[in-house]
Amino acid sequence: MLKLEHIVWDAPDGRRILDDLSFEVPDGKLAVITGPNGGGKTTAAKIIAGLVTPLSGRIFLDGEDITALDATERAKAGVSFGFQQPVRFKGITVRRLLEISAGGKVSEGKLCDYLAKVGLCAREYLDREVNATLSGGEIKRIEIASVLARGTRITVFDEPEAGIDLWSFTNLIRVFEDLRRDLCGSMVVISHQERILRIADEIIVIADGKLRERGPAERTLGTLLSGTDVVAGCVKQEEMFR
Amino acid sequence: MSEIRINETTKKLLSEISDFSGEFKGAYNIRENGACAGRRSSEHIKITSKTDKPGLEIRIDPHTAGETVSIPACVTHGDVDDLVYNDFFVGEGADVVIVAGCGVHTETGEPARHNGIHRFLLGKGARVKYLEKHIGTGKGIGLRSIDPVTEAELGEDAVLEMDTAQIGGVDRTLRQTKATLGKGAKLFIRERILTERDQTAQTEFSVELNGEGSGVDLVSRSVAKDASHQEYHSVIIGNTACTGHSECDAIISGSATVNAQPELHANSEDAALIHEAAIGKIAGEQIMKLRTLGLTEEEAEATIIEGFLS
Repeated sequence: MLKLEHIVWDAPDGRRILDDLSFEVPDGKLAVITGPNGGGKTTAAKIIAGLVTPLSGRIFLDGEDITALDATERAKAGVSFGFQQPVRFKGITVRRLLEISAGGKVSEGKLCDYLAKVGLCAREYLDREVNATLSGGEIKRIEIASVLARGTRITVFDEPEAGIDLWSFTNLIRVFEDLRRDLCGSMVVISHQERILRIADEIIVIADGKLRERGPAERTLGTLLSGTDVVAGCVKQEEMFR
Repeated sequence: MSEIRINETTKKLLSEISDFSGEFKGAYNIRENGACAGRRSSEHIKITSKTDKPGLEIRIDPHTAGETVSIPACVTHGDVDDLVYNDFFVGEGADVVIVAGCGVHTETGEPARHNGIHRFLLGKGARVKYLEKHIGTGKGIGLRSIDPVTEAELGEDAVLEMDTAQIGGVDRTLRQTKATLGKGAKLFIRERILTERDQTAQTEFSVELNGEGSGVDLVSRSVAKDASHQEYHSVIIGNTACTGHSECDAIISGSATVNAQPELHANSEDAALIHEAAIGKIAGEQIMKLRTLGLTEEEAEATIIEGFLS
């Protein structure tokens, strides 16, 4: 189980981004974190992955305090992180990236499985470089595959739907629906997308750096979509633009 | 001559710069400290010594297909300044691989230098893949230098792919590459250079696109570490309807310095020439991504550099 307790973090300009944030994600569950832009969702995700160090508060993984672990140690402890803007590398192939993720050489069949999960054909992609020749949709899927290849207990995706075209978006949602079906470990997805919110077990709403609401998806989503407050407005508004 | 008589250092260098495993497939000539240490011609590839200056003439028959010729050169101790002129005459329609490569080794304070001047004359429709790997080894403080000069003349529809790598141990290098391209000829250059400590590398390209429909694609990737210094200068001259693309990417770290000067000369309105250049340290987000996959910062840097120079 992943547990965040009283997390506080300030931006370099002094603004308080996370203000005493606490929540937990039980084992084998898909939790979707949503809320208005600037509310602290991405920072919370980065704090889980060890990319950002909290000013105060603790993070526990299966009861073990992992707050002091850096990004490498956090990864080794069983946390994976999917970047909102996937990183490109000149000269590193999809095969190499997946092998790094999997922690060493893996069979062609296994590499195929990783890519098949995100709807890509291994023959076409394994020897391509993870560089600017990949489209936004392609690099997103490779990013997701690189995270899945790790097979860790906690997997965090930061707005996987951001910055891709409508066609890729529909396919991406399908990828997450499939992942939901075969979920192993716990998954945390930062998203504004109703379709992703609908496949969640738990919805966590973060606004102004605080936990606004948390509960089973059906109940929380119902409240969000029928509500009139700023969070509900945000989810509905974003839905219209996507 | 077909017997190979080489010392242990040359053996080690050869395994680094070529696929030597006690012998070569196909025609070859091994140069060790300025002398011939083994040579074999094949039915379609004849290797002979020049009579007017040190070096070789390599004549490849028209329509020779699928053969490889290897001409490595090694300097295995200090106080050697080797200069060699090798000319390749590639017949019409031939399709071959040429493996050059050079290793310089010194265990003393004396310098070791190899200066190979390679000329390529490619006949109509000839295709050549030219592989060149350079390394420096040994614990001596003597400077290891390799100063290759490559001149290529590509006939109609000829294709030359140059793949060159200098990825360690060479203290000083000046690489000069010149090419002229005829109608429909294509030149592909992939260069990779790594410098560290106080090493310097200077690379100069000059390509003249004279034939209609000719094209060059030049990609140079380099990594400059520590207090090393690199200079890149490319000149692409488009004299007709042609395409030229050059790309120079460099990663710097420590107090290393890199200077890139790309030049494009369009002497025809139908010349389409492009240059791209990027110099900078490894992006923080690249390191962060690899760290989230479990690599340490040092492992991430090494992985990024290895991929970049692959």
